[in-house]
Amino acid sequence: MKRKHKRLTFVAIALLLLGTAAALVLAAFEDNIVFFYSPTDLAEKQVADGRRIRLGGLVEEGSVKISGGAITLFRVTDLKTTVAVSYKGLLPDLFREGQGVVAEGRLNAGVFTADEVLAKHDETYMPPEVAEALKKSGQWQGQDKK
Amino acid sequence: MTAEIGHFALILALLIATMQATLPLIGAHKGYGSWMATARPAAVTQFGLVAISFGCLTQLYLTSDFSVLNVVQNSHTAKPLIYKIAGVWANHEGSLLLWVLILSLFGSAVAVFGSNLPPRLRARVLSVQAMIAVGFYLFMLLTSNPFERVFPAPINGQDLNPLLQDPGLAIHPPMLYLGYVGFSMAFSFAIAALIEGRVDAAWARWVRPWTLAAWCFLTGGITLGSWWAYYELGWGGWWFWDPVENASFMPWLAGTALLHSSTVVEKRDTLKGWTILLAIITFSLSLLGTFLVRSGVLTSVHAFATDPARGVFILAFLIIVIGGSLALFAWRAPQLVSTGVFQPISREGALLLNNLIMATAAAAVLLGTLYPLLLDAIGGGKISVGPPFFNAVFIPLMVPMIAAMAVGPMLSWKRADLKPALTRLWTAALAAGAIMLAAWALFADGPVMGVLGIGLAGWLFIGTLVELGGRLQLFKVPLSDSFSRLRRTPRAAWGMTLAHLGLAITIAGMVGAGAWRTESIQAMKPGDTVTVAGYEFTFDGAKDGKGPNYSITEGTFRVFKGGKAVVTLNPEKRIYMVSKRQTTEAAIHTTFFGDLYAVVGDQDPSGAYVTRLYFNPLVAWMWGGVVIMVCAGCLSLTDRRHRIGAPAKSRAQGRVTAQTAGA
Repeated sequence: MKRKHKRLTFVAIALLLLGTAAALVLAAFEDNIVFFYSPTDLAEKQVADGRRIRLGGLVEEGSVKISGGAITLFRVTDLKTTVAVSYKGLLPDLFREGQGVVAEGRLNAGVFTADEVLAKHDETYMPPEVAEALKKSGQWQGQDKK
Repeated sequence: MTAEIGHFALILALLIATMQATLPLIGAHKGYGSWMATARPAAVTQFGLVAISFGCLTQLYLTSDFSVLNVVQNSHTAKPLIYKIAGVWANHEGSLLLWVLILSLFGSAVAVFGSNLPPRLRARVLSVQAMIAVGFYLFMLLTSNPFERVFPAPINGQDLNPLLQDPGLAIHPPMLYLGYVGFSMAFSFAIAALIEGRVDAAWARWVRPWTLAAWCFLTGGITLGSWWAYYELGWGGWWFWDPVENASFMPWLAGTALLHSSTVVEKRDTLKGWTILLAIITFSLSLLGTFLVRSGVLTSVHAFATDPARGVFILAFLIIVIGGSLALFAWRAPQLVSTGVFQPISREGALLLNNLIMATAAAAVLLGTLYPLLLDAIGGGKISVGPPFFNAVFIPLMVPMIAAMAVGPMLSWKRADLKPALTRLWTAALAAGAIMLAAWALFADGPVMGVLGIGLAGWLFIGTLVELGGRLQLFKVPLSDSFSRLRRTPRAAWGMTLAHLGLAITIAGMVGAGAWRTESIQAMKPGDTVTVAGYEFTFDGAKDGKGPNYSITEGTFRVFKGGKAVVTLNPEKRIYMVSKRQTTEAAIHTTFFGDLYAVVGDQDPSGAYVTRLYFNPLVAWMWGGVVIMVCAGCLSLTDRRHRIGAPAKSRAQGRVTAQTAGA
C-alpha cells in the first residue's frame, strides 16, 4: 500500500468512527434528553402523558404524606401552581418540606409519578432550575448567590 | 499569625513562579546558560513555599482556628482528627492549594532528578510548569484565598459536609489530583517539544512514566469516588454519568489514549504530532475537570463547592491554556518529522484505532456533559442529559475497541497479518461463546446486552492469556524454556497483559452489576421478610444510637438463603449534630458472586420503615479488576528500561510519595 493510501485508510476509519459517534449521539439525544418544567410550565404547556420530564420547585409545606408500600405523596410548588407528585422509594437525605427539589418521572393523568427525586446535598442551596422557576413565577425571595 | 505566613508564602511562590516562567524560557531561546540555570532552584524553592503554605493551612485546621473563614466553613471542634486533616482539601480553596502543591512537587522532581535531560528541554519544561502554576496562584490569591480572616471569629465552625466525612473520600481528591496534575507533566513536555520543534524516543521515555503514574493515580482516584458513591449515597449504583464523574472520566479516556500512543513514539518514532495533541487534550480536560467541579457551572448531585463569581477567571484561564497550546500546536506540529512507517494492519495501526475510539468516546462524553450548559447559555431551555444518553453512545463505541483489544497485542510492529492472529484466537472465541451460553442459561430473562457484554469480557480475558501463552511459546517448547521466557519478559509487557486482564474482569463486573441487578423497594415492619434474588431478608426493626458527632438509627436485617443464615446487615441513617444533615450508610455484604446491599429509610405513620434491598452481582470483580489495572501500571513503572534508559527518572517516580511525607 502506498503512503497516501495508508493515510487515506486512517482518515476513512476516523471519519467512519466520527460518523458513527455522531449518529449515536443524535439518536440518543432524540430519545434521552429530559426537559425541565416548573409547575406553572406544566400547567400552561401541553406535556404528553408518559414523556419523561423533570419537575422542579419547592416541596409544599404540610404536603408530604407517607402512605403504605413505601410510596410518598407530596406537592411541588413554585408558589403559583402546585403539582401532586407520587414517589416510590427512599427519599434523599436532604428532602424536606419547604426545600427545593427536582423530581424526574412521568406525568400520569395530572399526577406526576417520579422514579427519581434529587435534593441537593446542601441545605442552604437552591437548585438553579428551582430558583429560576420561582423567579419566573414572581415568587423569588432569596438573594442571588454572591 | 499562621494564616499570614501561609498567605505570604503563597504570594512569594507566585513571584518565584513568574520568574521561573520567563527567565529560563528566554534563556533557552537566546542560549543564556545562566538564565536557564535559574529554573531548577526556582522550582525547588517554589515547592518549599507552597509546602509551607499548605502546612500552615493544615495547622489552622488542626488547631481549629475559627478566625479563618475557610476553617469556619468546613470544620468543627468535634470533628475526628482525620477529617480535620481531610477538611483541608475537601473545599474549593484548600483543594486548589493541594493542586499547586502537587504541581510544584512534580516540578521540583524534574528539577532534582532531571540531570540527564537536555538543559534546554529541562528549562522549557520547568518554565511551562511555572506558567500553569502562575495561573493557579493568581486564581487563588485573587478569588479564592484560603487564608481569609473573619471578624469576629465565631465560637465554632459549620462542620464539613457529613457526606464527605468518610475515609474513602478523604483520600479521593489527593489521588484524583495526583492524576490530573501528573498529566501536566506530559503537557509541559509537549509544549517544550513544540517550542523546540523536536520529538524523539528519549522525549517519549521521559513522558511515558509520568503519564503512566498519572494514569494510575487517576484510575485509583476515579474508582475511590465511584466506590464512595456506591456505599455512601445508598442508591445501589456505582456510576451515574453525573457531570462531576464525567469531569474525571474524560481525562482518563484521553490519558489512556496518550499512554498507548506514547509507546508508539518511543518504540517506532511515529505518531508524534498526534501524541503531542493528545497530551494537550488530556491536560486541557484535566483543567476543565478541576474547574467544572469547582466553579459551580454544573448542576450535579454532588457538586460540593459552588461559586459562579469565579467563572470569568476560570474561563479566561482555560481559553489561554487550551487556545494557546492548540495555536502553538497548529504552528509547530508540521515540523515534527516521523521516520517510522507502518501498514494499517500492524501494532501501530491497532494502537491508533484504540486512540481514535478513545478520543471519539471522550468527545461524546464531553458533548453530553456540556450540551445542557450550552443550551441553557443560549436560552434554549433547561434539559438534563442522563445515563440513558451516555449508555446509548458510550457502550457501542467501546464494543469494537474491546473486541480489537484482544487482537492488537498479537500483531507485530510495522506490518502484520490479521489471519494468523485471528486463528490463534479460536480458543478465546470458543470461551466467549461458552460464557455467553452459560450467562444465557442463568439470566434468560435479563437483557441481551448483558449476555453480549459478559461474552466480550471473556473474549478479552482469554485472548490476552492466549497472547501471553504465545509470547512464552507455551506447549510449543519445553515448559522450562517457557518458564525462562516468563522470567525474561519485561515488566512493561507484564503491565500490559495484567492491565488488559484487569480490564476484562472489571468489564465483567460492570456488566453483572449493570444488567442483572435485583432491586426491591418496600415498607417493612419488624418481622417482615422480603426475598431478593433468592436471599430472604428478615427485618428485625430499628433502634437509635449515637456516634462521635452524629446520632444514628440502625436497622437490622437477618439474611437467609435456603433456610441457612448468611449474614446480619445493619444499615444506618445518621443525623449530624452540627449541621442537622442526614446521611445514609448502606450495609453491604460482599461475596464473590455479588453484593447484598441494604438501606433503611424513614418510618411511616404505621410504624413501617421504607427499605431498599439490592442484590448487585459481580460488584467485587469491578473493584478487583481496577486494583489489578493499577498494580499493572505500577509494575510497568518499575520496568528496566525506565531505570537503565534514563536512570534518574524512575527514581523521581519512586520518591514522589516519600517527598510528600517529608514535606
